[in-house]
Amino acid sequence: MNTTDREAILSRVRGALAPLPRRAPLPDWETELIHMRTRRGDVDAWALFQERLRLVNGLPLEGAASLVTWLEQNGWTRGYCDPELWPRLQAAFPATFTVETTFDRGRVDDYQFGITRAAGAVAETGTLILTDGATSSRLAALAPWVHIAVLQRAQIHVDLQSAVTSLADDSNIVFCTGPSKTADVEGILIEGVHGPGQQVALLLE
Amino acid sequence: MKFQQIDQFAAGLRKETRASVYDGSKKGYDARTKTLFDHFEDPDRLRRVAGEIKQHVVENLDTYLPQVEAKLRANGVIVHWAATAEAANQAVLSIMRARNAKKMVKAKTMVSEETELAHFLEKEGIECVETDLGEFIIQIDGDHPSHIVKPIIHKNRREIATSFEKHGLGAYNDDPQTITRRARAHLRNKYLEADVGLTGANFISAESGRLVLVTNEGNSRFCLAATKCHIAMVGIEKILPRDRDLALLLNLLARSGTGQQLTVYTEFISGPKSPAQPDGPEEMHVILVDNGRTDVLASDCRDILRCIRCGACLNVCPVYRQASGHAYRSVYPGPVGAVLSPLLAGKKFPELADLPKASTLCGACNEVCPVNIPIPDLLLRLRNKGKLEKSEAAAAATPPMGGWAVMASQPAAWKFALIGGKIIDHLPHKFIPVPALQAWTGKRTLPDWKGGEFRKWMKNRPRPNPALDTPENTR
Repeated sequence: MNTTDREAILSRVRGALAPLPRRAPLPDWETELIHMRTRRGDVDAWALFQERLRLVNGLPLEGAASLVTWLEQNGWTRGYCDPELWPRLQAAFPATFTVETTFDRGRVDDYQFGITRAAGAVAETGTLILTDGATSSRLAALAPWVHIAVLQRAQIHVDLQSAVTSLADDSNIVFCTGPSKTADVEGILIEGVHGPGQQVALLLE
Repeated sequence: MKFQQIDQFAAGLRKETRASVYDGSKKGYDARTKTLFDHFEDPDRLRRVAGEIKQHVVENLDTYLPQVEAKLRANGVIVHWAATAEAANQAVLSIMRARNAKKMVKAKTMVSEETELAHFLEKEGIECVETDLGEFIIQIDGDHPSHIVKPIIHKNRREIATSFEKHGLGAYNDDPQTITRRARAHLRNKYLEADVGLTGANFISAESGRLVLVTNEGNSRFCLAATKCHIAMVGIEKILPRDRDLALLLNLLARSGTGQQLTVYTEFISGPKSPAQPDGPEEMHVILVDNGRTDVLASDCRDILRCIRCGACLNVCPVYRQASGHAYRSVYPGPVGAVLSPLLAGKKFPELADLPKASTLCGACNEVCPVNIPIPDLLLRLRNKGKLEKSEAAAAATPPMGGWAVMASQPAAWKFALIGGKIIDHLPHKFIPVPALQAWTGKRTLPDWKGGEFRKWMKNRPRPNPALDTPENTR
């Protein structure tokens, strides 16, 4: 570590701030400040989450059977599944599917979908929360065209404030809000830039 | 009269580029206004509170910096300090060398633009690939970003398709979807081959030491899923006091920048990967970069250090929309750049001292700023600084005000000038030999001269109690 740079920066900071007669205080702010207008009294978190997820072009599904139907309709039959989830899902998948429970980074493009567990969700933004602890492979939740995050009702936060103030004790937490996207070329929205072009939340109780 | 540099640049801009920049920035502004006002009762208060929080941080950096350092260390992060751009680049290089690393993938970070990291590393024989689509296109073109959030706002699809073809990324095809898919295929191999992933940080929480990164494309997530070492280059002003403040600022950042409720990938990183996780960095470094920030802190323009780089002030600025980002000749364009770039230039301040004049002081930049930076005030302070330092760039195209000052300070001269104004009503405008007036009246009608009305009103205005006419009350 460069101790001289550290001392130089800190002493310059102290020197710059010394002449200030007083420092700006830290304001307190009430949580209501960032409550959205659309907020309803006793909202069903899963219902609100579904509505919001659709607004960002994500897809909410309920139950393994509906996932299998949707994957078949789109012709996506090769994928990855979290080894702990697979025993629960396996029965719903016909033999036409090839599902692996280890993700081989040597052939990332062989996987059309990746199924991992979500650590939570945010209803008002349609956000899925992924963590190192819950998500079995960062790459499997990112590289395939389709990412399916498995979620339970009790994991859904109503708003961003609640999700941010109860972040898990995990070194890597990612809020995913819809498919990966860009508008760099002439402001035209294109989905599936580096990450998934399809972001699915699968409710599985 | 010599035009200002920014005017010269704007005048020479291709029609196509001007249209791209204008449309792109207007779209950004419209989306911002809609989401903020649709979603919140009082979006203006959000901005003001966020501004107070950031001002508090800026004025207490002496406390927060050591606090952040301690938190980061406790989280298993290796902390570096870099006083200058060279020191920051050198710190990256020594981390690379220590790992014997030859390849880097990097996400978009403005501070690495300041230090010109990619050029530096390439000279040292290290492959450094920009992964943000816009930045990737800038890199293969050898161009510079022209917007903080939308780096290629000045390019159209045909130009992009041409450079893709030139760089072996497929035959000419200007369909934005095809362009994006080709970049996807090309860049995923780069991620998987790279030893190190470099990012910036939008915020660091002093409470938990978490770094917050936002992207839409997922490129920074890929950098941190595929590589074994993470380096984050972070300006010293990026701190927020508490985790809950992240919620407030995140609610403002995406809405102000792109009109989104939240960016697609919002990452909270507090250290190397968890032991059970197969993918991601086992080693994490944070480089705290000064590079001129402490000079800004010592100046009377320190409020600019609140900036969260959302680009809202660029989108709304009538000068930016016409001139485009390259006209600002520096890393930060637009109103924020007109303040920040000359200040960060240090000794080279005089060369950029014209930028604070590239504004009509209309105040729109302040009005949209998610941290309520009084940009017009700061521009005025810098204009003054430019004048005191006798900068040639700052003096260019300043109309001579001496004559006006004489006229305005002598009542007789002023009255005479008013009569002159009346005469204009009776002259055909094409005979008045002032090019600016002719250009202006070419498409508009000059209103009738009203000079003198104010003096009449002032003399006869209703006064309830003239005895109370102190200078204070007549303001």
